[in-house]
Amino acid sequence: MSLADLWFALFVVIIAGYVILDGFDLGVGILHPFAARTDEERRISLNSIGPIWDGNEVWLVVGGGVLFAAFPVVYAALFSGFYVALMLVLLFLILRAVAIEFRSKRESAAWRSFWDRVFSISSIALALLLGVALGNVIAGVPLASSGDIVISSVLDLLKPFPLLVGVTAIAMLALHGGLYLEVKTEGPMHDRVRGWLPSLGALFAVLGIAVAIWTAIEDYDVFTAFRDHWWLDEFPLAAAAAFGAIWWYRAKGRDTAAFFSSCVMLAFLLLSAGVGMYPDLLISTTDPAYNMTVSNAASAQTTLEVMLVVAIVGLPFVLLYTAGVQYLFRGKVRLSPDSY
Amino acid sequence: MNPEFLSRLQFALTISFHFIFPPISMGLGLMILVMSWKYLRTKDQTWREASFFWVKVYGLVFALGIATGVVQEFEFGTNWSAYSRFVGNVFGSLLAAEGVFAFFLEGGFLGLMLFGGDRLGPRIWFWASFLVVFGAHFSALWILMANSWMQTPQGYTVTTTQWGAQALMTTFKDVVWTPSFLPRLLHTWVASWIIGSALVLSVSAWYVMQQQHLEFARKNLSLALKWFTVLAVLQVFIFGAQMAIAVTKDQEPKLAAMEGNWQPRSCAPLYVVGWVDESAQKTYAVGVPCLLSFLSYGSFQATVPGLTQFSSDVWAPVNLTFQAYHVMIDLGFLFPLIGVVGWLSWRKRRDGQMPRPVLWAFVATVFLAEVATIAGWWTAEIGRQPWIVWNVLRTSDAVSPTLRTGQALASLVMFALLYALLLVLFVFLLDRKIKHGPERVSGEEQANALPNTIRELFRSAREPRAHAEEVDEHVAR
Repeated sequence: MSLADLWFALFVVIIAGYVILDGFDLGVGILHPFAARTDEERRISLNSIGPIWDGNEVWLVVGGGVLFAAFPVVYAALFSGFYVALMLVLLFLILRAVAIEFRSKRESAAWRSFWDRVFSISSIALALLLGVALGNVIAGVPLASSGDIVISSVLDLLKPFPLLVGVTAIAMLALHGGLYLEVKTEGPMHDRVRGWLPSLGALFAVLGIAVAIWTAIEDYDVFTAFRDHWWLDEFPLAAAAAFGAIWWYRAKGRDTAAFFSSCVMLAFLLLSAGVGMYPDLLISTTDPAYNMTVSNAASAQTTLEVMLVVAIVGLPFVLLYTAGVQYLFRGKVRLSPDSY
Repeated sequence: MNPEFLSRLQFALTISFHFIFPPISMGLGLMILVMSWKYLRTKDQTWREASFFWVKVYGLVFALGIATGVVQEFEFGTNWSAYSRFVGNVFGSLLAAEGVFAFFLEGGFLGLMLFGGDRLGPRIWFWASFLVVFGAHFSALWILMANSWMQTPQGYTVTTTQWGAQALMTTFKDVVWTPSFLPRLLHTWVASWIIGSALVLSVSAWYVMQQQHLEFARKNLSLALKWFTVLAVLQVFIFGAQMAIAVTKDQEPKLAAMEGNWQPRSCAPLYVVGWVDESAQKTYAVGVPCLLSFLSYGSFQATVPGLTQFSSDVWAPVNLTFQAYHVMIDLGFLFPLIGVVGWLSWRKRRDGQMPRPVLWAFVATVFLAEVATIAGWWTAEIGRQPWIVWNVLRTSDAVSPTLRTGQALASLVMFALLYALLLVLFVFLLDRKIKHGPERVSGEEQANALPNTIRELFRSAREPRAHAEEVDEHVAR
């Protein structure tokens, strides 16, 4: 295994970390206006993610940074090629942060319900946009020999398959966020969310299977990897098993274990996508010769080595304090004067 | 209007707006650490109240800093993909290191700092805050290292790959220690601390004028004024001067543009105010004779380079660089003056009424310091033009080749509107916090009952909180 392979693996792990962590706070945002009805419930919903959403979002920034450093040509192609989509991602990231920060700063009901709406719409939009982006990466993009993605308009990115992946992402994160809220809340709000989870789970299962079948019909590279190398099938199978475990634990009343099963499921889904894509990072629909792969897109040895030292020194701390902070704020949400 | 011009405008807008916040995160963070340290040493409740008050402001600033900072990381790829492709090996790794080391430290402990005030003991809260503030400084270190590499690049080699020319890292040590890195880092850190102390100074002077929260205001003013004055003096005579010397050594055309110097000349003056007529290649200005020669080279007779020594296609926008630079240094010289005069007047009339003009000058410091800092950033960045990487890559060759004018215009308008909204909300909420003022906090015995070591902290998290009802009652009110 080369250093570039290792960085591919680390990148996939960081993205999986992002989806697991920011996934539940986006999910809370998606469910926010439906799950939380009274002002107190809405504050509980916000404060369930209050101390940690910032730290979660940082995983996206690190993912971007790692892509920039380890595979600069992919970063350049993807970010400039998906210009409009990424500008919208930025718009909703900022609006969402503003909504969380500003919502409870005034008593006015109109002010609060406005920011509640902004919070929810931004969360839905982010799940959709990131899902659509992943869908496009799986389906391939019109990558030219220069290393640029050449599209005539943003509509080229809104094809049916990526849109399906986008909608699936919304359902997936709503489920993930719902399981999180189940852990963090009590009383009527808890019961309400609890009642919806089976339907959310069913919806996600149907959409997820539809995505899988579609990749098979279109013969996308991500599918052929699993067809040609049966031992790789363990990744999607593990995701399916984790999905089963969610319901098994819930039936036993172990909400925290159910939420962790959902985390494991997301990890294996993202790992499956990574394993399926390998060794390609970006697939060109123009000519396979223009594909950006682990070997032709990686930074030079010196950079990858320096980065490895950074990762070896930094990542254990990152994991330690991510776990520490989540642990400290675990348990049901209690509002305090400092809360959002 | 073309994608390059619009992208430059967008980057200028987004970085300038972003750059309002990180210096406060560092500077105000330092002040909060000083205050909570003073509480730990003296058990004076005012300092505990003060640190709780400022941490609320800090949360607001930090949130905006993070939200606008993500934009910067994305823009390298979206608008400057040719640049990203070229420098990713070098620049990208510094950015990634910033993320891994610094952002996590800040993001991870910010929650403890912002929400932990009444849940954590004073000592452990101090250390949580310390980690956040340290993270903010560490973050600045990496990004300034990356910027310094763009100003004075070394430790790389340019190779042609399948995707065109790329700068590959040869020696990491050289990339870290580029000649302009250390002076730039120290100059920026000190500028940030000046802003932080200016913010405290400004708000407490306002309270003194309004005759509100007087005990809080006097103590805060006294503390902030000392820091502000000492830092402002050091900035002018040591850290700012060192930065100027770094430019003199490695970026001569930039130095010439900063001073609007067209012909090489000995005994060059340091201008205070002026106007550069770029078409006539003339600079109309007043200044101190021979001072630039002395400051740059240590001799009044030394020859300072002129723009005409260099080909005109490597000239920065001269007047803009000149104006930005002079706004910065004029304010830089004003700050020690405000500090020293203010200090003398404060020492004389500590218990009586300060002269109103002095108080107004104090109130103005934070705005002036922000202006000076952003002007300094402009000097560094505009003065670097037409290069994005000094003498290596031109800004015009760095823009995304696929970017279209309509897209760039739309995103520019989006950011302009979005940031206008953010600015209005920021000012509105900051104003409310300041008008609301500091709150009384629980007594010392209660503070001592809170978990004050890591072990106690984890134990208390495991047990149901003893004072949960009390907190609920407080919320109900």
